[in-house]
Amino acid sequence: MPQDCCAPEGNVMILACSGGSNVGQLSNQAAVELTEEGFGKMFCLAGIGGHLGGFVQSAKDVPSMIAIDGCSVGCAKAILEHAEVPIKAYLVLTDLGIEKNKDFRLRKEEVQKVKEAIKEACGGEQPVLPIVETGPSCCCG
Amino acid sequence: MEIKVLGPGCPKCEATEKNVKEAVAESGLDAQVDKVTDLMEIAKYGVFGTPAVVIDGEVKSVGKIPGKDEIKTWIEQQ
Repeated sequence: MPQDCCAPEGNVMILACSGGSNVGQLSNQAAVELTEEGFGKMFCLAGIGGHLGGFVQSAKDVPSMIAIDGCSVGCAKAILEHAEVPIKAYLVLTDLGIEKNKDFRLRKEEVQKVKEAIKEACGGEQPVLPIVETGPSCCCG
Repeated sequence: MEIKVLGPGCPKCEATEKNVKEAVAESGLDAQVDKVTDLMEIAKYGVFGTPAVVIDGEVKSVGKIPGKDEIKTWIEQQ
């Protein structure tokens, strides 16, 4: 039986910093939770940074995307600019008033605040797509 | 030249494969066109979604149906 294609339209690509600070990990955790909730789908910033073709082309071709940096150092933004990937939406967590530190015990209220800011940066609530099990280690769907 | 169309199987993947085959035929170039439907194999290309087109190992498009003329341009540039 033919399966639905796992085309990414309607699914926001989330490219999150995962750096060595609270804001890096807040960025990552928000991306994880929004993926689990079906708002979008986190993708491999490291793959883009490594100039791996499939990852770069995916980021260039995706209709909706948001890059999230923990702080103004802007590593995620720099990776995307270096790979010549146009950034469609962008968020820096320290701009939300979250102070950068080395405390990795993430606060739920801060994760929630970040998630809401991501949704707002993407133009509000996206249609929540059903989560389709595509098997382990599959980047599509 | 080796062209792979990545997709588990649905109208969009089939349309992409059709466009690729027509582009190859019209270009007159020698190319092998294969459809990759296995999700684990597709995942190795690092693509965000399907359908995707890969030419000689280079990912050319992801998550959309490329037009025949666009595909011909890629083929002729290889």
